[in-house]
Amino acid sequence: MATNDESKNVRKLQVKRFKPEENPEKHYLNQEKGLWAWMTTVDHKKIGLMYLGSITFFFFIAGVLALLLRTELLTPARSFMDADMYNQVFTLHGAIMIFFFLVPSVPTVLGNFILPLQLGAKDVAFPRLNLASYYIYVVGALFTLFAIFTGGIDTGWTFYTPYSSSAAGGNIMAMTFGIFILGFSSILTGVNFLVTIHKMRSPGITWNKLPLNLWGLYATSIIQILATPVLAITLLLLTMERMLSIGIFDPAIGGDPVLYQHFFWFYSHPAVYIMIVPGFGIISEVISTFSRKVIFGYWAIALSSLAIAFIGFLVWGHHMFTAGQSSLANMVFSFLTFLVGIPTGIKIFNWLATMYKGSIDLKTPMIYALVFLFLFTIGGFTGIMLGALAVDIHLHDTYYVVAHFHYVMMGGMVMAFLAGLHYWWPKMFGKMYSEFWAKITCAIIFIGFNMTFLPQFVMGSQGMPRRYFNYIDQFQSFHQFSTIGAYIMGVGFLIMAAYMIHSLVKGKPASSNPWGSRALEWQTSSPVPLHNFEHTPVIINGPYDYHKPMSEFQLGITASQHAHHADKPVDISTQEKEQA
Amino acid sequence: MLPPAKSTTAAETDALFHFITSTSLILLLGITIAIIYFAWKYRRRSEDDVTPVITHNSKLEITWSVIPLILVIIVFGWGLTGYMNLTTAPDDAYEIRVVGKSWLWEFHYDTGHVSVNELHVPVDRPVKLVMSSDDVIHSFYIPDFRVKMDVLPNRYTSLWFEATEVGESIVYCAEYCGTAHSNMLATTYVHSQEDFEMWLETAGSEDDDLDPVARGEQLVTRNACDTCHSTDGTRLQGPTFQGLFGSEREMDDGEIVVADENYIRESILEPNARITAGFQPVMPSYAGTLDDRQIDAIIEYIKTLD
Ligand code: HEC
Ligand code: HEM
Ligand SMILES: [Cu+2]
Ligand SMILES: [Cu+2]
Repeated sequence: MATNDESKNVRKLQVKRFKPEENPEKHYLNQEKGLWAWMTTVDHKKIGLMYLGSITFFFFIAGVLALLLRTELLTPARSFMDADMYNQVFTLHGAIMIFFFLVPSVPTVLGNFILPLQLGAKDVAFPRLNLASYYIYVVGALFTLFAIFTGGIDTGWTFYTPYSSSAAGGNIMAMTFGIFILGFSSILTGVNFLVTIHKMRSPGITWNKLPLNLWGLYATSIIQILATPVLAITLLLLTMERMLSIGIFDPAIGGDPVLYQHFFWFYSHPAVYIMIVPGFGIISEVISTFSRKVIFGYWAIALSSLAIAFIGFLVWGHHMFTAGQSSLANMVFSFLTFLVGIPTGIKIFNWLATMYKGSIDLKTPMIYALVFLFLFTIGGFTGIMLGALAVDIHLHDTYYVVAHFHYVMMGGMVMAFLAGLHYWWPKMFGKMYSEFWAKITCAIIFIGFNMTFLPQFVMGSQGMPRRYFNYIDQFQSFHQFSTIGAYIMGVGFLIMAAYMIHSLVKGKPASSNPWGSRALEWQTSSPVPLHNFEHTPVIINGPYDYHKPMSEFQLGITASQHAHHADKPVDISTQEKEQA
Repeated sequence: MLPPAKSTTAAETDALFHFITSTSLILLLGITIAIIYFAWKYRRRSEDDVTPVITHNSKLEITWSVIPLILVIIVFGWGLTGYMNLTTAPDDAYEIRVVGKSWLWEFHYDTGHVSVNELHVPVDRPVKLVMSSDDVIHSFYIPDFRVKMDVLPNRYTSLWFEATEVGESIVYCAEYCGTAHSNMLATTYVHSQEDFEMWLETAGSEDDDLDPVARGEQLVTRNACDTCHSTDGTRLQGPTFQGLFGSEREMDDGEIVVADENYIRESILEPNARITAGFQPVMPSYAGTLDDRQIDAIIEYIKTLD
């Protein structure tokens, strides 16, 4: 069957079935103990958990800030804080949510934990670099905390000049420096993931058998590597302007403030995709697993992530339709914006088609995935609204935009993150959580979320500008409704914290594959052994081939024969041969 | 959902808004029904359920790529047409200069009259605003007219509208600009054409016949001094006017100055020449906005606030 050319690439492997050991005594959580072992670990799983702790901390802080904002907005003008305080709080809320929670969330937590497992690798390509990324993240975070305690800043997370370079108060230098440092963490993680995906795939994982989660992380890593340096340069220029009075962005000393906006959005629009693309990966995994069905349009989903990653670099100008850009520029940016919408829409339809004729089990991760589909679709449609030039002139910088990006970021990405967290929780900790409470919580968050942000579409359409401490009476009932929704959501997250902690302490032990998934990370024990697999996995089926028996997904060769050393040929084929 | 449409271009923007909203709602409804229906119809019945192998379907995939593509191209074209109308002001538009300062709006008319936080325009006549900022970026936004444009410190930007009914409409600053961003409001007064002409003629002189103190009090409100300065001792962005006159003021470099007529005049025309200790240098300059007689009146008014 094989032509001459192909046969050169055919390696024959002697494979055995390796059934994962249930509830192993030794695993990554208890094999190296003590604080020092954790702090110096190069194990991708522990680093993932360290990130989980950190981003949970920041999510909590920024969430409390959000509740403070919403409380202040119960009445026009001052309710309990003054305008300067409000401005600092929304700046911190936005900056922390974006830079310290959402951008790192999926790649560093779930990516770090799952990526090597899905490749059948023992770790990422550069484990020490991975640890370094974590510490860089921590140092960046410390700088930011320092900025908060030395006066706070009030520029909004966008740091627009000339406000940020002249008028703004607070320690903006420390803040930008913190984010500058953080960028390196992001870049290094991206590099690490790219190399790992290219170099450390177990035998048999060809590009068309790569889990879609990894395609998502792959596309994200590319954006991280290409876009983050621009942010770093921008912040550096801003710093130079403030410290050395070199006129770059500040017109008072000969700069151009709109130039700053170009720089900023050239990073920050792609960053929006850094935030959402890995979410697409998770949703693909979850929907396929809980529909127990092969994913529909594998290549369409994989390639649309890459398409989004690339076109995403060309649409930054849609944030500047009213900033005095030429009409031609506005036209081009508007058009490209709509083009990005198409691959996103395609994904939604692919996921729906995957559910068609599936065997759907509405476990918590699946419910979050469906919530994602609904909320993200709203986020997407309102994005189309904002891409339409004439309409954006009216809606730009109003609460319509606030609602839109919360639907995308929170309704989209945070829901995807929660889907992933619940999905992989048993793998991470070897414990189950209470399905009952998890579902209740999901419902509470869903209701709270919509109560918070739906009214904001109406307010925005009616002209309520964003970043407003004070507002005209007409909007008060909307704001109050929104605030009540926020409290409900807050309660939801508290319950989540409670049942997750309960699960850690007293949860029922999880089996190695509680969802009956075919993906590779489920073919090892829960919690995972320190070195992930006691054998080198060999893959003959795609990760979504639910029509093949489970036994075909647990093949491997004994550990002494390292998979990544292709120079060691192994004879005698089993039933399948592997094509490169 | 939208505010009343009170300009000639608003209707087109609204039509597109409603088109996108309704199309989206229909599609969203379809997607939601599909989600719920699938989740119910194909719910797991047993652990041994076998699912069909459907990896792709080119016809279906092309359909659901092409239809949205057509829809967004329609939306793009429609949005672009509306936008071109919004940016191309008719040649005969009546021009008003707008200056944004933290945190007030100044309107300069061709008669030389300047109004603060009050924009007066004629109905049924295109009006073009030529705008710039004295400090950071602001954004001039009138929801009723569906117009918005950033106001930049280093170049002019412009927008135009033609009001269709007599009345009042709110103006917001839509680009974050610091402490009092949410108080940087103004009102658009749309007059009938005759009323507008009359207003223009009398505007500058309407309070000439008041006595200086009453006139000063009016000017303080009309020029938005009272967004930053209270008259009852409360501390706002700036120091209160109460008890200001004749008192000793400490500057941020330690200098002590007596608040006499000259000091107040300087504070109004060159506010950043000397900064009062404990405050930020955020007061806009009123040079070119207030003339000498008006400043005199304000000083007389401040003198009365003990
Ligand atoms: C945006 C806020 C703002 C507005 C509007 C504003 N001021 Fe001020 N003003 C300040 C601040 C802040 C200071 C103190 C810092 C300084 O000296 O510049 C100040 C200082 C002053 C002082 C000196 C007071 C002292 O205690 O030393 C006078 C007089 C004054 N303003 C008058 C006016 C008048 C008259 C108007 C209106 C025509 C006006 N200001 C409008 C913010 C404002
Ligand atoms: C992952 C979750 C979230 C993310 C990523 C996020 C992100 C942001 C960002 C980027 C801003 C803009 C800040 C700025 O204008 O500088 C913002 C503003 C705001 N967010 Fe969130 N947010 C999240 C969750 C929430 C929640 C749960 C609430 C409500 C409880 C909330 C309420 C607000 C409010 C009130 C503002 C201020 C709006 C304004 O004055 O313009 N956010 N958020
Ligand atoms: Cu964007
Ligand atoms: Cu403003």
